[in-house]
Amino acid sequence: MDSLIIKEGFPLLSFLIFFPLAGAVVLLFFNGEKFARYWTLAITLITAAFSISLITGFDTTTAKFQFAEVHNWIPQLNIHYILGVDGISILMVLLSTLIMPLCILASWRYIKTRVSQFMFSMLIMEVSMIGLFTSLDFVLFWVFWEFMLIPMYLLIAVWGGPRKDYASIKFFIYTLAGSVFLLVAIIALYMKTGTFFIPDMMWHHYSMTFQILVFLAFFLAFAIKVPMFPFHTWLPAAHVEAPTAGSVILASVLLKMGAYGMLRFCLPITPQATFLLAPYILGLSIAGIIYGGFTALAQHDMKKLVAYSSVGHMGFVTLGIFVLNIRSVEGAIIQMLNHGVTTGALFLCVGMIYERTHSRELRAATGIGRYMPWYVTFLTFFALSSFGFPGTNSFIGEFLILAGTFQANKFLALAAIPGAVLAAAYMLRMLQKIVWGGTNNPDQSYLKKHDLGIREIATLAPLLLFVFWIGLDPQPFLDLMHHSVVNLINQLNFIQQQAPHVASAFMR
Amino acid sequence: MADLLFTHSYLILLFPLLSFVTISLRPVQLSPKMAGRFAIGCQGLSMLYGLAVAAAYWQTVIGQPQLYPARSLVCFDLAWLNFSPTLTANMGIFLDPISVMMIVVISIISFLVNIYSVGYMKDDPGFARFFALMALFSFSMLGLVISSNILQMFVFWELVGMSSYALIGFWYQKPSAVAASKKAFVVTRFADTFFLIGIIVVSFYTQSFDFQTLNSPETAALLDHTFMLGIVPINLLTLATILIFTGGWGKSAMFPLHIWLPDAMEGPTPVSSIIHSATMVVAGVFLTARMFPLFAASEVTLAVVQFVGAFTALFAAIIAITQKDIKRILAFSTLSQLGYMLFSLGVAKMVTGIHPGAEINPLGYSAAMYHVFTHAFFKCMLFLGAGAIIHAVHSNDIMDMGGLRRLMPKTYWSLLTACLAIGGIFPFSGFWSKDAILLAALQSGHYIVCAVGLATGGLTAFYIFRFFFLTFHGRARSKFHDVRENSWMTFSIMALTIPTVTAGMLEHLFVSEVTVPGLAYTPNFSHPLWLPTLASLAGIAGISLAWTFYGRGRTEAAERCRLRIAPVYQVIYNKFYIDEVYLFITHKIIFHGIAAPIKWLDRHIVDGAMNLIGEFLQQGGKAVRLLQNGQLQLYLGVTTLGFIALLFLGR
Repeated sequence: MDSLIIKEGFPLLSFLIFFPLAGAVVLLFFNGEKFARYWTLAITLITAAFSISLITGFDTTTAKFQFAEVHNWIPQLNIHYILGVDGISILMVLLSTLIMPLCILASWRYIKTRVSQFMFSMLIMEVSMIGLFTSLDFVLFWVFWEFMLIPMYLLIAVWGGPRKDYASIKFFIYTLAGSVFLLVAIIALYMKTGTFFIPDMMWHHYSMTFQILVFLAFFLAFAIKVPMFPFHTWLPAAHVEAPTAGSVILASVLLKMGAYGMLRFCLPITPQATFLLAPYILGLSIAGIIYGGFTALAQHDMKKLVAYSSVGHMGFVTLGIFVLNIRSVEGAIIQMLNHGVTTGALFLCVGMIYERTHSRELRAATGIGRYMPWYVTFLTFFALSSFGFPGTNSFIGEFLILAGTFQANKFLALAAIPGAVLAAAYMLRMLQKIVWGGTNNPDQSYLKKHDLGIREIATLAPLLLFVFWIGLDPQPFLDLMHHSVVNLINQLNFIQQQAPHVASAFMR
Repeated sequence: MADLLFTHSYLILLFPLLSFVTISLRPVQLSPKMAGRFAIGCQGLSMLYGLAVAAAYWQTVIGQPQLYPARSLVCFDLAWLNFSPTLTANMGIFLDPISVMMIVVISIISFLVNIYSVGYMKDDPGFARFFALMALFSFSMLGLVISSNILQMFVFWELVGMSSYALIGFWYQKPSAVAASKKAFVVTRFADTFFLIGIIVVSFYTQSFDFQTLNSPETAALLDHTFMLGIVPINLLTLATILIFTGGWGKSAMFPLHIWLPDAMEGPTPVSSIIHSATMVVAGVFLTARMFPLFAASEVTLAVVQFVGAFTALFAAIIAITQKDIKRILAFSTLSQLGYMLFSLGVAKMVTGIHPGAEINPLGYSAAMYHVFTHAFFKCMLFLGAGAIIHAVHSNDIMDMGGLRRLMPKTYWSLLTACLAIGGIFPFSGFWSKDAILLAALQSGHYIVCAVGLATGGLTAFYIFRFFFLTFHGRARSKFHDVRENSWMTFSIMALTIPTVTAGMLEHLFVSEVTVPGLAYTPNFSHPLWLPTLASLAGIAGISLAWTFYGRGRTEAAERCRLRIAPVYQVIYNKFYIDEVYLFITHKIIFHGIAAPIKWLDRHIVDGAMNLIGEFLQQGGKAVRLLQNGQLQLYLGVTTLGFIALLFLGR
């Protein structure tokens, strides 16, 4: 075990998990709305600040799990409390911790009822997100994976829109159905290996049938979470009904859990099955890209539009992951980050309109550009980023993915291209309506005095910073993940060379 | 001194960027008037610096061929993206004859158009925003031409598209303007995705984005192999170069991707002027020239470039004859002139080591660049003049004009030079550049293309003088109020007459210095005198015809002629109904035929199937629940039945 991890003195990861939890517990005893808001903001900001020290202490020259902590939990079953981050998960942890304060800011006015309970759910959410990305014990991972459903369910079911019951149940049942398979796979792996320590489960020569079964179980759980076509239908419903902060967390972090699961489990634990089944998943990814694009083009509800654009963007991510080369996987991870930043920001933008016009219909939001110049400036940049405009973050991600895909299979790269054109089409359609509209705009002049306030600018500005930071200087981000990705792909190729008969002709 | 200028050559870009950032983000409150002055100042500084760099380049690089045999200079190159240890994308500044020429053209035209805009945009509520976007536009275009590698060029390429989107839709209250801006962006972006694939293809095989590497004979040799796409053999070099060219195809609005350009005139006229002359549309021609050594290695690609160019030249000229909107006439004339530039590039030949034995004749390359140069000035002036006219008479329809000669004398005389230049009349600039193009086509043996060029020259002279006579001559066909020439506007228009009249003197410079990288033009081909004579005759014939039809502002003869060929005229006037075809494809097929049904499918089939599973489980649960009803009789009965069944089955 020690060859795979690097331990540090201060239990930073545990701190990141338990600090918000402690903050949440305090909220149980105080009910003041104002207090709840400031308290939660402070807690999330402190967590974010501490998470930044992950980067300074992170060694980018190794693929090992760092900041590791090992404690016994249930020794009889060989279950441990093991945490650690590598180049892939560190970015996800940072994304979670950095997006949280923004979500709190976005809910400042939006949430008017049961404020302290809302903030409690948000903090619990943060606990489970950080826990999930840092767990190295499969049972621990599964606990966080399931645990996360509860606050999200509450966010939708209590603070959601008119059809919140339908959406929250659908979300819950859908994801739970996937998780059941995940649990079966975990137990099956435990039976084979006798351990729950994730790095120990990797790179074993399990039999092909076993690998395929485990892979399919993993895949179903993660594909629902991503969500991949055709398992995506819970997403628009959940997004539409969720409050802004819920949508942001859902888009920015929760969807990443599926992609993260694929990278962390499917590839290293069942490599041969991955090689065998990758072509089908690539097919689904391409279908998702095109399908998401077309569906987004036909939407009249802004949240649905952004939700379907997520289906397309996450299609790019899964495409990058299952193309299985260094460039494409790095692109996929960057794209996960990008999607978190950009789509999160777009949901924040939609929420800001909703707070003002009380409608998510595109028609009701037409022509507000004249009265809210600050707002549309932000919106424009995020929309540009969403369709991969050069100089913004998504361009880097999409370019790396497409370049990697081209390297692996030329037709696939060509097949993904219409997605890029469609993205430009639906984003411009939305942008044009919101910023300019037509001749028969509804009267929006009452918005003149309601352009973005300082709080809202503070919510969007950090995301805009990342849009351009990743877009103009992606190197630091790529450096963070580089060794972990190289290690992953090298191991995969090594396995494939050992068992060449599995190598599909598709993956040239 | 020169070194210092080169080291800081990024300043050419920085001034417009500074202007954009300052005016749009407003760290200090600028009144609209001050914003305009500030923008002009920044453009002026950028222009001065650009000219200084050009002079230094002339002295240092061109003046010392022994030190700079390739006539190019990389001012700086910073690593931007590390894809792998061997593949890095940089951000740099690359100076060679064509980029320096473009810097001069873009910075001068931007500066003059900015001055003009002070008059044109006066009293517009978006005055400051206009100048900010114009600055962004010149920044992007300057960045595009100085790019040292193709990925950097793509970044600026898209920025050019973006700023033109914002400028075409500048008057966002007008639905037509908004539709036009979206059309321009989506059409060009559609083409750009192919460009992006092309970039990925070449960078994948060559492990480089750098223009100098991509244009080397080694790259061409590396790419030049054939693979089978199903049963169709495809040459990779041809595929990659055509993919890259498609980007230019869209940006330079060549048939059938030309549909966005005539609509782009919905933007304010200074925008049209700069789009049609120095920025945006010449980007496609510039890309072709920049990648020319690679393109030239594939005969198919050059043939495509040549055919697309020649066809669009003629096609657009025919449409231009029938148009009534002053800016539309000029827009189609731009299409036609861009066609000239592209077919000129297409007829140039150079040996790259792959197809030895082909005749070397790089004249087409120089001629195309020369035409970019001359065309930029006279087309810019034509648009500025048209803008001044529209500003004065508040109409775009040439049928509403007439008799403006006396009311706008300065514009009249200036535009006369521009019309003579575009009509190819000696000794105005257009004559020389068109002559070089026709000569290049003739020398390389492309007689049909040369004939198309000659014919188009005649048509050009006709439609441009149709516009000229109908606007300025004869009597006014509608009432004008308070027609005056604005001094900001006339200054720019008159300043542009200088290059329009004198650029003919530069022919020798272009032919000898602006050549295919590493290949000097050797004038060992004959230059028959009959060619310029014929071209001039065609031009004069066009003008005479225009005078017979429309001279002194009459339209009766033309009207009779129009009625005689009414059905054909109708087709041409409606631009061969290509816009309608596109509208049908995008709106009817893509939006209503694909997107909407998929939305329905998603809701009812995909989600429906998932719900069905849930429903199935629920119903199953209900069915099973019936068994658990707590009635002992039922349990006993079932148990007995089971027992009996077991007895029989067990046997």
